[in-house]
Amino acid sequence: MSNSAISERNDPLVIAGRTFKSRLIIGTGKYKTYAENAAAAEAADVDMVTVAIRRVNLGDPSKERLTDFVSPEKYTYLPNTAGCFTAEDAIRTLRLAREAGGWDLVKLEVLADQKTLYPDMEETLRAAKLLISEGFKVMVYCSDDPVYARKLEEAGCVAIMPLGSLIGSGLGIQNPVNIRLIVEQSRVPVIVDAGVGTASDAAIAMELGCDGVLMNTAIAEAKNPILMASAMRHAVLAGREAYLAGRMGKKRYADPSSPLAGLI
Amino acid sequence: MRIMVNGVERQAQDATIADLMVSLETPLNGVAVERNRAIVPKSLYKTTYLEDGDEIEIVDIVGGG
Repeated sequence: MSNSAISERNDPLVIAGRTFKSRLIIGTGKYKTYAENAAAAEAADVDMVTVAIRRVNLGDPSKERLTDFVSPEKYTYLPNTAGCFTAEDAIRTLRLAREAGGWDLVKLEVLADQKTLYPDMEETLRAAKLLISEGFKVMVYCSDDPVYARKLEEAGCVAIMPLGSLIGSGLGIQNPVNIRLIVEQSRVPVIVDAGVGTASDAAIAMELGCDGVLMNTAIAEAKNPILMASAMRHAVLAGREAYLAGRMGKKRYADPSSPLAGLI
Repeated sequence: MRIMVNGVERQAQDATIADLMVSLETPLNGVAVERNRAIVPKSLYKTTYLEDGDEIEIVDIVGGG
């Protein structure tokens, strides 16, 4: 392996044969303005952003549109199924997304309840199979259950995206042991999706060997979203480099860094 | 003719989906249209005629996580 820093090394994220130079994916929700959102995407130096499908605002045709600020020419759009609680709702949403912009690389999430937004894994797996049979490339939001993660991969999902903790909670990686198990068993990229609160959370996800991190609220609801976007960019790079470098072993007692020989 | 557009009842004189989009001043790029739960491809906007009681959904890409 090359000793050069990751920024100079070719270490892309490859999903379904598509190559992305950044391992950070950000959402486009909750920002004060689309302009702030665009500045955050710039500072985060991302290639891919998640987007949602919603009814056109018929009362105000002059309303600003995301596409005018965060250009689909510059960023790969990853349409999501946020707010869907059944496989049928998710499939309907993504068919509309494909019609709207031709996107077939999608983020599937089928939620169980409003309070936790926890993924309904039985319904998620059913939706994934149906979407894959229709030709979609499915990146799937899931629980940190290694068994379901394996089933989703076997069904043909192109990325496994376990939660670090609940959507929008900022509680970080609550079960690093399970995330690690999922990383070890998966042959498709594993991307921690949801729960990241600050830069160290993103670094921890990457140090566990995840292939990427997806976040929205951690940046959008930071006091200074642009600065946090930059912090996240560095955290993902730092965590990736630390993972590739291979950390030292943990010891129970001190081990001096200065030589013992020649001590006066 | 009474139709539903994005969940709101509307008295429409529009003959086709294309006419409706013009009346609503809806952009054509980056949107998708459903008529009675079936997607209407952009290429069929001009030849898809509205009927009384139709339920139309017009969606756009917006910010989301």
